Amino acid sequence: MKGVIERADRRKAKWEREVLEPALEKSPERKGPFTTISGRPIERLYTSEDIAGIGYERDIANPGEYPYVRGIHPSGYRGKLWTMRQFAGFGSPEETNQRYKDLIAAGGTGLSVAFDLPTLMGRDPDHPLSLGEVGKCGVSIVSLKDMERLFDGIPLDDPAITTSMTINSPAPMIFAMYLVVAEQHGADWKKISGTIQNDILKEFIAQKEYIFPPRQSMRLITDIFAFCSQEVPKWNTISVSGYHIREAGSTSLQELAFTLRDGLEYVQYGVDAGLDVDDFVPRISFFFNSHSDFFEEIAKYRAARKLWADAMRHRFGAKNPRSWQLRFHTQTAGVSLTAQQPYNNVVRTALQALAAVLGGTNSLHTNSLDEALALPTREAATIALRTQQIIAHESGVTNVVDPLGGSYFVEALTRQMEEGTLKYWDTIDRMGGMVEAIERGYPQQEIAEASYQFQQAVERREKVIVGVNDFVQMDAKPLEILYIDESTAGLQLERLADLKRMRDHHRVRQTLEALQAGATGTANTMPLLLDCVRAYATVGEMCDALREVWGEYEEVPLI
Amino acid sequence: MSQKIRVVIAKPGLDGHDRGAKVIARALRDAGMEVIYTGLRQTPEQIVSAALQEDADVIGLSILSGAHMHICRRVMELLTEKGLDDVQVVIGGIIPDLDIPTLNGIGIKGIFIPGTPMQRIIDFISANARARV
Repeated sequence: MKGVIERADRRKAKWEREVLEPALEKSPERKGPFTTISGRPIERLYTSEDIAGIGYERDIANPGEYPYVRGIHPSGYRGKLWTMRQFAGFGSPEETNQRYKDLIAAGGTGLSVAFDLPTLMGRDPDHPLSLGEVGKCGVSIVSLKDMERLFDGIPLDDPAITTSMTINSPAPMIFAMYLVVAEQHGADWKKISGTIQNDILKEFIAQKEYIFPPRQSMRLITDIFAFCSQEVPKWNTISVSGYHIREAGSTSLQELAFTLRDGLEYVQYGVDAGLDVDDFVPRISFFFNSHSDFFEEIAKYRAARKLWADAMRHRFGAKNPRSWQLRFHTQTAGVSLTAQQPYNNVVRTALQALAAVLGGTNSLHTNSLDEALALPTREAATIALRTQQIIAHESGVTNVVDPLGGSYFVEALTRQMEEGTLKYWDTIDRMGGMVEAIERGYPQQEIAEASYQFQQAVERREKVIVGVNDFVQMDAKPLEILYIDESTAGLQLERLADLKRMRDHHRVRQTLEALQAGATGTANTMPLLLDCVRAYATVGEMCDALREVWGEYEEVPLI
Repeated sequence: MSQKIRVVIAKPGLDGHDRGAKVIARALRDAGMEVIYTGLRQTPEQIVSAALQEDADVIGLSILSGAHMHICRRVMELLTEKGLDDVQVVIGGIIPDLDIPTLNGIGIKGIFIPGTPMQRIIDFISANARARV
């Protein structure tokens, strides 16, 4: 092996001297810098010397084999394509229900619920901070009644359609509502599958939709792990998310390192709560961004699988291969979409989606061309779904498993992403873990710095954004956008008032008090929340009950 | 010696996406302005009271959630109530074209959508901030 590398080394030196240099004299390279969107320097050429020290069997292996760099499924997409799961939600439960029915009719294979900000922050529509926010960024869900409306006519016992819900602080409340509706549809909790995002650490780090302090928030999550391992064994209890970390301005490496380190933190908390690793880790899934730097993203997904497999096997001693296999959803980068010349966004999204597919994503959301301006119209959302279908059925990339495996560049980049991640993990481990690192503001500061550096590079035009800082066009036609008016707020306020008149007040009070008692002690909160939900307690009431017991988290604002 | 322009950057509403607010806060500071960042989830009352306490020349609001009409109207009303009419209010975020005339009408002239160069925002604020004595 050593001899082979030396020969390759000599070959490259000879090529540089005899072929490259004379060529550069005639026509020099562009000014550069030749860096990824994350600022990582990229060499001119990668050869076998760049992957020296990587053993195929040990470090890469065939698809379906540990450490899964080439994918967790032996047959890639020749068996099952990725799930085409389009995130959607706006206005009233009825309006969103109609969008879901449209997406299923257009060939979507999974649902993904976007909630409005009051729901995400555990506030009812009549709270002062909900002013102007009801139904704007997602669907407004106040009580079990709204969840019944949201899934009306969509059979939750049908295994062909699974539902993912992007909900974090109030995840246990919304999940409890979903379980009760599933029960109403005649579904067996032991058989249903779906996902709740339920990833609070990235909220503290990036998206900032937190309610309770970190430790109490972690307790709600381990309660869900424990409850589901017994009652809803096929449910994906958490979707550990790098998406929002990246959108907040992190580099590709920071997204990878912080997200997986969050994953390790959840596993550690589960183990500390007395759970067996192999009982809950197979239900942990991930959610990554797909940004515009094509190869760096592909390397990120490939490295993610190896890092997780190694950590589960060696750091936590997991025995079940399902615990080693990292499964992930991907969404194309919302932050890369431009308000200027918005049709260009279709092309950006297609390239990002292709990177996710070449990286072996298990599920994918493609953004719509109008999302730098508003939530997508039905037409824009359809083009986004069609983009996935074109990649799946026309491009041919699904015929072969991990087509980029063995590329000098991709394998070298994959290794770099792995090494960089291990360095970040080491720093965070030395701080005592991710919760401690967050309390010190470490990942938050790293991301803020990266985001500022990127913006500066854009201002200096070192990074070109087509239509924004180059190739600018003033006469672009305005798009027709989805405009959400105030009617949802009126409707939801009216419904809330009706609900409060109709329901059994005594039962609501009793179940909320039982929740508070359980939260003060060590009882699992999920059964208590199911009781609250069945009594038609609202999301705001359930969160307020816990706010009274646990308090609220407030971050120190840093710039 | 001319005094520095004082800017309060605020994130009103329930949204926590603070990338834009933080980047602009830092860019204005680097451009020589005095910047006070309020942090997340500030009510219009809190924002106006911060502007009063900090003797701000400019309030910059970052709003991506669609709640801008409610929030901006309330901030402008409160500024008038407190006699702070001369404080320049600018907003950045996801603002549909449809809403721009109304926002201009209530006195918000600086409206910056995604992709706006930082320099343009800095120049706008420098040119329009109330004169300090």
